[in-house]
Amino acid sequence: MSSQIPVEAVKLTAKQFASNQDVRWCPGCGDYSILAQVKKVLSNIGASRENTVFVSGIGCSSRFPYYMDTYGLHSIHGRALGFASGLKAYNPDLNVWVVTGDGDGLSIGGNHLLHAIRRNFDINILLFNNRIYGLTKGQYSPTSEIGKRTKSTPDGVIDYPLHPISVAIGAEASFVARTVDVHVKHLADTIERAARHKGTSFVEIYQNCNIFNDGAFQYATDKQTKADNIVELVHGRPLIFGKERTKGIRLNGLSPEIVTLGEGVTEDDLLFHDEKAREPSLAYLLSRMHHPEFPEPIGVFRAVERSTYEDVLQDQVTAAIERGKGDLDDILNEGDTWVVA
Amino acid sequence: MVTTTKTKTASNTSKAVELETVTVRFVGDSGDGMQLTGSQFTNTSAIVGNDLNTLPDYPAEIRAPAGSLGGVSGFQVNFSSKRIHTPGDCLHALIAFNPAALKTNLADLDHGGILVVNSDAFSQSNLDKAGYESNPLEDGSLDDYKLFAIPVGKLNAEAVADTGLSTKAAGRCKNFFALGVVYWLYERPLEPTTRWIEQKFAKAPAVVEANCKALKAGYYFGETAEIFPLTYRVPPAKIPAGKYRKITGNEATALGLVAAAKLADKKLFYASYPITPASDILHELAKRKNCSVKTFQAEDEIAAVCAAIGSSFGGAMAVTGTSGPGIALKGEAMGLAVIMELPLVIINVQRGGPSTGLPTKTEQADLLQAIYGRHGECPMPVLAASTAPDCFTMAIEAFRIATKYMTPVLLLTDGYLANGAEPWKIPSVDGLPKIEVKHPTDPDNYHPYQRDENLSRPWAIPGTPGLEHRLGGLEKDALTGNVCYLPENHEKMIHTRAAKIAKIADDLPLLEVDGDQSGDLLVLTWGSPFGATTTAVEQCRERGLSVSHAHLRYLEPMQKNVGEVLSRFKRILIPEMNLGQLSSRIRSLYLVDTISLSKVQGKPFMIREIETKIEQVLSEI
Repeated sequence: MSSQIPVEAVKLTAKQFASNQDVRWCPGCGDYSILAQVKKVLSNIGASRENTVFVSGIGCSSRFPYYMDTYGLHSIHGRALGFASGLKAYNPDLNVWVVTGDGDGLSIGGNHLLHAIRRNFDINILLFNNRIYGLTKGQYSPTSEIGKRTKSTPDGVIDYPLHPISVAIGAEASFVARTVDVHVKHLADTIERAARHKGTSFVEIYQNCNIFNDGAFQYATDKQTKADNIVELVHGRPLIFGKERTKGIRLNGLSPEIVTLGEGVTEDDLLFHDEKAREPSLAYLLSRMHHPEFPEPIGVFRAVERSTYEDVLQDQVTAAIERGKGDLDDILNEGDTWVVA
Repeated sequence: MVTTTKTKTASNTSKAVELETVTVRFVGDSGDGMQLTGSQFTNTSAIVGNDLNTLPDYPAEIRAPAGSLGGVSGFQVNFSSKRIHTPGDCLHALIAFNPAALKTNLADLDHGGILVVNSDAFSQSNLDKAGYESNPLEDGSLDDYKLFAIPVGKLNAEAVADTGLSTKAAGRCKNFFALGVVYWLYERPLEPTTRWIEQKFAKAPAVVEANCKALKAGYYFGETAEIFPLTYRVPPAKIPAGKYRKITGNEATALGLVAAAKLADKKLFYASYPITPASDILHELAKRKNCSVKTFQAEDEIAAVCAAIGSSFGGAMAVTGTSGPGIALKGEAMGLAVIMELPLVIINVQRGGPSTGLPTKTEQADLLQAIYGRHGECPMPVLAASTAPDCFTMAIEAFRIATKYMTPVLLLTDGYLANGAEPWKIPSVDGLPKIEVKHPTDPDNYHPYQRDENLSRPWAIPGTPGLEHRLGGLEKDALTGNVCYLPENHEKMIHTRAAKIAKIADDLPLLEVDGDQSGDLLVLTWGSPFGATTTAVEQCRERGLSVSHAHLRYLEPMQKNVGEVLSRFKRILIPEMNLGQLSSRIRSLYLVDTISLSKVQGKPFMIREIETKIEQVLSEI
């Protein structure tokens, strides 16, 4: 089942999705790459401008809608999903995207994230995770690592971070993926898969804030180290990583462990990825693999089919109308009535 | 089901006395079924053609400890053969199911009034819980009342003994036994209630049989036991001809919203989070999917208003409903709707505050919150319904203004209006005003913030090719709507948004004065004190006092002639269920002195409270 995206007769180019507004992110910001790939994906899937809506909250990432020549709502802090939910529930035909960040989506907007995901609206949530508050100039965020020194934590962060993928899987998202701003092809492919998924697609994008948290994901982006620090998830394939692709992930009971291929270990001994598993437990286990103990998985953790909120709501409306269309006169005259002569 | 107004009279052996107006109150434990009993009495009184007004009064706890003072639930019905506007000041009869209910309600019973008590419930333990040192049924303390101590529990158990119900289930019928007794006392027919029982419990024939038996047994007990020396008859009211139904404020609000969508030829989207006393609007609308109504129970108040705004951006007739605490949470998003200039109706069914306050009781202390309660210069029209049926009219009016002026509109009702019932002359749909809504489709010269003669911007919706645009909370360029931080532009936009709302005054009917058009005293009201004030002023005028009444349904902006109307009177009296919020607003807007009559007990005004104040003010002129 794929998303029913309203399609243009002739595909628009990526450029045709750009608005006439100047992009105002800091030079070198990871957001530029994401913006470019989203436009490319909209072109690839044949989206139309008039049926596409970008909704955002507040934060650097949330300026995104202004740069797209589609319909857009730049709303209030943390609440983008509230707006998107109402819009999609009212008009299921729209192609709705939500752009949020680690502060907007997981701190002030954490509640809405859980509920939008569990309702499984057919929307795409792009969570730009830079592990810092950028627009307010450098306070720690709910994904900042413990001990991190920021303007608001001069002696180091003392709260444990949230892991966005674990949160999404905990809320039983039907599509969960992770990608990285500078891995352009992987970024585009992942966003396209999210766009084509019918149901809530949650994509965590590692995004570099070169002003307030530069290099936060260097382990995952540096050419020298990335092969050892990330493992790409491919449905039906074993988890293999490393520059020489000699290392793999094996399950030891309920815990993953790193093994080296060859030393009595074959590919068949490794954990094979199953993004379609009904139970989210395996996907959750993968979401618990963190640097530096483990290579961090990127790609699609979970992609399962579930009915969407807006479709079931629309079905209920249609069924109610089929049982007898409501007539206002009849409704006003419901119940016991009496006539005064 | 249509019935005529002909009253069925009982084959009555006692003497019947004709009365103009009667007020009765049923009180018991919150598990005794008082709300049900009261609404059945209301329904029957409506069907026999009385004018009526009700006041359900229940505790915040679903089941407070049995027999406790805090767990008492009541339902007051005022029914009359003339026009009435309040649930009544003093009780003609009090029906008390236990000592706690008696203790907390006796003060409202008329001297010499009828007191029916369930004597079975006057056990030592219940007397202790109510704090009675001796049994009031025996110690002579009720000698001033016409006391009828009926062993309701025992008589009911005997009446339903052969229905096969368990003792516990049989005990649940006792409110119908008592209702039967009261039906006898006021010569009400049993049919509407037996019909309701048959429908409600259609799947449980034994329950139908037992409840109907209990109801009839109570009625026949009244007749055969001849305990009442008199019965009372309230003839049908002389009210304007037409077809009527009973309606509560929340029902009327919900139907008004459905009607507004129909009148605009659009679809309704209602997003809400459960909150007392507004939840019934959500329940009512959730049943209306066959009118293309979509409801969304959001995860919280903020998500609810945001979802409503999102749907409005998509072209919906969007509404969010709540009570005061919810409005506090929605404030930021309401500001966004103001700057994005999207139509939205926000309903506040006011309750006692601050904070959780008195969640099940009424108050009207959110007026200043409605007008001012957002950051920044954030003007928003504020309307208020005056009666339960008026909620229907004002819901439509809120949508007319919201869509014509592209603005969120706050509609204030309150807990008393929301739950209280009145007869409603059912309007014909053809007679209701159409709401004209336009969505532009032509990309030529389209600018998201280009204004029409009403200073209103175009409502272009997603799905329309060529009109793609972005809205947001950042200040916008006055024409294109693009983000704009220029100082002069911000000032211009602030003035424009304020001017747009102020201009709505040109589009409102003028304020009318009931009574002399000038004189010593004008009583100025808003919201639910309309009812008690109407009657109080009428009665004072019958006694020759120089007093008039004007009622505001538009609080922001106000009608253009308000200042002029006020100038025609020597004194202005403003009764409000708050500490004088309208009063302070009137003073600041019109530089006139006002006298505030304040009541904040979680209960509506009584007629006599307003009459007394009118007499006092006039005596001091």
